[in-house]
Amino acid sequence: MLFGIEWDTANNWVFAWSILPILLKGLVVTIQATLVGFLVALILGLVLAALKGARLRIISWPAYFITEFIRDTPLLVQLFFLYYVLPEYGIILPAFMTGALALGLQYSAYTSEVYRAGLESIPHGQTEASRVLDFTPLHTFMFIILPQAIPRIIPALGNYLVSIMKDVPVLSVIAILEILNVARIIGDRTFNYLIPLSMVGIIYLLLTLLASAGIRYLDKRLPKEGIPLK
Amino acid sequence: MNDAIIKFENVTKKFGDVTILDKLNFEVAKNEKVTIIGPSGSGKSTILRILMTLEGIDDGIIHVAGKPLWHEYKNDQTVPASEHHLRQMRKEMSMVFQQFNLFPHMTVRRNITEAPIHVHKLSQKEANDLADEYLDLVGLSEHADKFPSQLSGGQQQRVAIARALATRPNIMLFDEPTSALDPELVGEVLSVIQRLAEKHDLTMLLVTHEMQFARQISDRICFIDKGNIVEEGPPEEVFTAPKEERTQAFLKTYMQS
Amino acid sequence: MDNLLSYIDPLLDGAWVTLQLTLYSTVLGGVVAFMAGIGKLSENRATRWLSICFIEFFRGTSLLVQLFWLYFALPILGQAIGVDLRMPPLLAGTIALGLNIGAYGAEVVRGAIQAVPDNQYEAAKALDFTPKQTMWRIVLPQAIPEMMPSFGNLAIQNLKDTALVSLISLGDMTFRAEQLRNYTQDSTTIYTLLLFMYFGMALVLSAIMKILERYASRWRTRKI
Repeated sequence: MLFGIEWDTANNWVFAWSILPILLKGLVVTIQATLVGFLVALILGLVLAALKGARLRIISWPAYFITEFIRDTPLLVQLFFLYYVLPEYGIILPAFMTGALALGLQYSAYTSEVYRAGLESIPHGQTEASRVLDFTPLHTFMFIILPQAIPRIIPALGNYLVSIMKDVPVLSVIAILEILNVARIIGDRTFNYLIPLSMVGIIYLLLTLLASAGIRYLDKRLPKEGIPLK
Repeated sequence: MNDAIIKFENVTKKFGDVTILDKLNFEVAKNEKVTIIGPSGSGKSTILRILMTLEGIDDGIIHVAGKPLWHEYKNDQTVPASEHHLRQMRKEMSMVFQQFNLFPHMTVRRNITEAPIHVHKLSQKEANDLADEYLDLVGLSEHADKFPSQLSGGQQQRVAIARALATRPNIMLFDEPTSALDPELVGEVLSVIQRLAEKHDLTMLLVTHEMQFARQISDRICFIDKGNIVEEGPPEEVFTAPKEERTQAFLKTYMQS
Repeated sequence: MDNLLSYIDPLLDGAWVTLQLTLYSTVLGGVVAFMAGIGKLSENRATRWLSICFIEFFRGTSLLVQLFWLYFALPILGQAIGVDLRMPPLLAGTIALGLNIGAYGAEVVRGAIQAVPDNQYEAAKALDFTPKQTMWRIVLPQAIPEMMPSFGNLAIQNLKDTALVSLISLGDMTFRAEQLRNYTQDSTTIYTLLLFMYFGMALVLSAIMKILERYASRWRTRKI
């Protein structure tokens, strides 16, 4: 029994069917962690990109170093670090938040790159034209640059969203009940790992295919030139 | 022509809905130097590409050196050619491309020796001797160990000619060999082709816009438009006294430039 | 400081395991990447389908799930069919990591091969090379420099992924670190050290990949 749901080990098919609701409860946690982690990655990535673009080298260089450091070290180790070290300095977060923070931190290194590449792909002529027309920098950014940058970065960000989802099982080490953890617990208790783990694999495959199709659809719907402003 | 080394009979070639070659009848005699001229899209390059087996045909039959090209005779039946048959037929011809198409990751020498060694099974020494011979012919002996990216366009095209010759073909096909070159580099390539036309027993089929050059080296000029031969004959005839109206119109636009 | 030095030994033991695992799985991944990447471009429908399924499956599921499945679930499948499919953690880790990175690498291989211009195939055909000769002598040598930058990223990703094998009790750097932490409770020092060790390895790996990239691109000199 897990989450208050009993399973039935009569035969393989009945077993699979009976644990499906349990696995789906784990899936809910997986999706929650994915979305929160993605949000953190989007925000932190923005901060990092802004710092890296700073003109003062004293700000941009450490930002570059931090980005490189995050990119070159494993998520699992970063997770352990946050989970064990933060409390020693008085920062106590619920496990879920620590997990989402770790995911967000790891992927902020990637999203900051996406932002930078997206901005750089906008032709300089756009900023020049804005200056000629005497727009304020803020107006230029909000209404000229950003609407053109967004369609370019959606596919890359979408792919990272899917990647985050595939990295969520790592959070099981801090006892977060995402789908893989749930499957493992079922396996521990019934000695049948094959069915739960296989089901998790299939569910992940379906989710990834769905998410990828969703991203492709979004990509198609957004015009290449930018978000239309009437 | 009895000793026609190339014979197109009622050849039709379509790209989708567009008919590029329309029941084309075309012959080339052994050791003849033929230049094909015509407007863009007339099918000139397609003829060469079909001969080189880069494109197939939709109708008609082609014979090269007496043997069918895109067909085979099996048990008294004419069937589409197998890959094996095509590989045999390819040995009769070599092609020089507009974009040179040298292998960028190989030295000049290796570009030339690769096919002789791995396709024609020559030894390394025999292939090297061949390479030296043809590099000398095209005037690039000192560049044997350079990579294509270190050579000018004209030099690269000359290497491409040496590479094509090294397989000892009976027929050389030139598909707009100088069209991609800067004007000052065109001459060096044309003089190599001229040397070939003069000194070697070789059937040559040339597609080019260099009219003066075509006049100099060709035995026969073929003017092709809309997938068929409009007019053909010796250079003096076609260039100075074209019979057909379309030929006249085409030559007028070229002679003006 | 004394503590720091005493941590180095066990972490270095773990580092050795991490290195081995990275090496084996990267080699396996490389082989798989070429097989699946070229397979996806094959004219043979079955080969194409097999490659596509393999790539989509291993890219579409979580690496940890794959690892756990290989280590925990496969033996049970083996039991059912009467074959002993239990494997030591190092083998399970190598296979899971290798297949996973191979699936991602396959897309890199495929993309690089497709980037080789059509006219190279035409020149090869005109010279009468067989399709196999064309692929191995003409196309692949030109595709490889294109692949190297992405391979560099994948190699680093692979290094990072090796940390997951600590979860199936393989004694790599992360496993040792966890052991040390359990024993000494000195989280900050140990994990900071661990992070820097991974970072150092990643930098070295990056440098090696850069050298390989330069070696493979020798012929891409600038025009005079």
